[in-house]
Amino acid sequence: MAEKILMKGNEAIAISAIRNGADGYFGYPITPQSEVMETLMKERPWLTTGMVVLQAESETSSINMVYGGACCGKKVMTSSSSPGISLMCEGLSYLAGAELPCVVVNCQRGGPGLGTIQPSQSDYNQCVKGGGHGDYNAIVLAPASAQDMYDFVDWGFDLAFKYRTPVIILADGIVGQMMEKVELRPEKPRMTKEELIKVAPWATYGKPADRPYNVITSLALESDVQERFNQKLAAKYEVIKENEVKYEEYQTEDAEYLFVAFGCSARICEAVVDQLREEGIKAGLLRPVTLFPFPSKRIQELSGQVKSMMSIELNLGQMVDDVKLAVNGAVPVGFYGRQGGIIYTPDEIAEAFKKFNNLK
Amino acid sequence: MKEEIIIAGFGGQGVLSMGKILAYCAIMQDMEVTWMPSYGPEMRGGTANVSVILSDKKISSPIVTKFDTVIALNQQSLDKFESAVKPGGLLIYDPNGIVTPPTRTDISICKIDAINVAAKVGNSKVYNMAVMGAFLKMKPIVKSENIDKGLAKCIPARYADLISLNKAAIEEGMNAVEVIR
Repeated sequence: MAEKILMKGNEAIAISAIRNGADGYFGYPITPQSEVMETLMKERPWLTTGMVVLQAESETSSINMVYGGACCGKKVMTSSSSPGISLMCEGLSYLAGAELPCVVVNCQRGGPGLGTIQPSQSDYNQCVKGGGHGDYNAIVLAPASAQDMYDFVDWGFDLAFKYRTPVIILADGIVGQMMEKVELRPEKPRMTKEELIKVAPWATYGKPADRPYNVITSLALESDVQERFNQKLAAKYEVIKENEVKYEEYQTEDAEYLFVAFGCSARICEAVVDQLREEGIKAGLLRPVTLFPFPSKRIQELSGQVKSMMSIELNLGQMVDDVKLAVNGAVPVGFYGRQGGIIYTPDEIAEAFKKFNNLK
Repeated sequence: MKEEIIIAGFGGQGVLSMGKILAYCAIMQDMEVTWMPSYGPEMRGGTANVSVILSDKKISSPIVTKFDTVIALNQQSLDKFESAVKPGGLLIYDPNGIVTPPTRTDISICKIDAINVAAKVGNSKVYNMAVMGAFLKMKPIVKSENIDKGLAKCIPARYADLISLNKAAIEEGMNAVEVIR
């Protein structure tokens, strides 16, 4: 059995990046994710795997370093928390526009503005619906444990290269700061140049004589060229929606009421489901693991089974809109949330649930 | 078996490391654990607390508001968390600097003079291990051999000589815990 180590979600991101053959990390410190770079600096992977770790002068700078590294077909990543992600949004749009693979971790804290350093899920709309300008989506993964943080780095890079797209790991202060057991999976070495050419033939790794220049740009001045590109992206997103949806269900087989929650909220809702079941109320939980692509089909199916749904989020109600779209009026959809870094207790959610459903 | 614990005190008392060592000891006997600190603009001398959950089964919510055991290492923490002990639960506190002792009658209450224990062992830095000893005496969740393994995981190899010191503090803490009710 592989060794299990106690670590914070943020530490798991760093250790996973090294062990999964990341070529570079560029970042700027911000609570509650500073342990990512702190751990990388402590591990000094440049002496072992050759991975580059650099503290940039700002988040704007780090995301553009990611752009540069990704152009060369390298496995590059950054991490930040909400205000820092806002600064990176221009870069994310360019990465999407140039179809570049990368992994970006957002360990969310309360906003808007500088907000609070406590946990939040209020960047759902920003990360899932775009964030930067232009018609684009990033693949968004929502971890709920330190093990997820470890595993999603590798999964994120796989998806990023498979679809040539930025992947966002949408974590939060709880998942980042909490320590849990993490199983270290077998290591993957960094890609060799031969592997890189095979995986990323589009990259600017140096032009051999037998092919034309590889050009990476997000600029298309002619409208028809731009429109063709937009439609190419749309087709790619359709393929992603068809193939990459991932979700987890808890006690849904006979559920009459459904909670929908992601990340740390899904963990808390699991406790609520147990609590309600003890009282004889058949509740269940659907946890979207991918937020883009969103498990709309499954939610729609479940709307034929349950009496109502409730979206539980650490924000003012963002994912609830996607749940409502999937349900399309078939059953009532409620919402309960807390803001400002305050985390709901299972009791509080159970009470809100009963109020919404007129249950005692 | 599921034990939900909060350890609260001043920054610098080793509250977070005690939680980490306790969690590692539990991992050594294949339990599930979560360790969730109160993080914020905190510093040495400010308040610090960590909630630790040890369980035989997968842990759902890492956020809890009522605890099986509250360990309070200063007056502020005692005032704040005495009401958070589940009925029938356990409250452990360090009497040093306590002006208003706990008053609840529906819970078990213990005292541990960990400053004295640490002084006896000969190093004030093992204060937190004296407290952990008191806890493990009252709730023998972790087997002795797993305490050794947990300590070995948490203490870097270059400080291996400190393992016996920490172990001594745990044992002395076990002896020094005083049951009030």
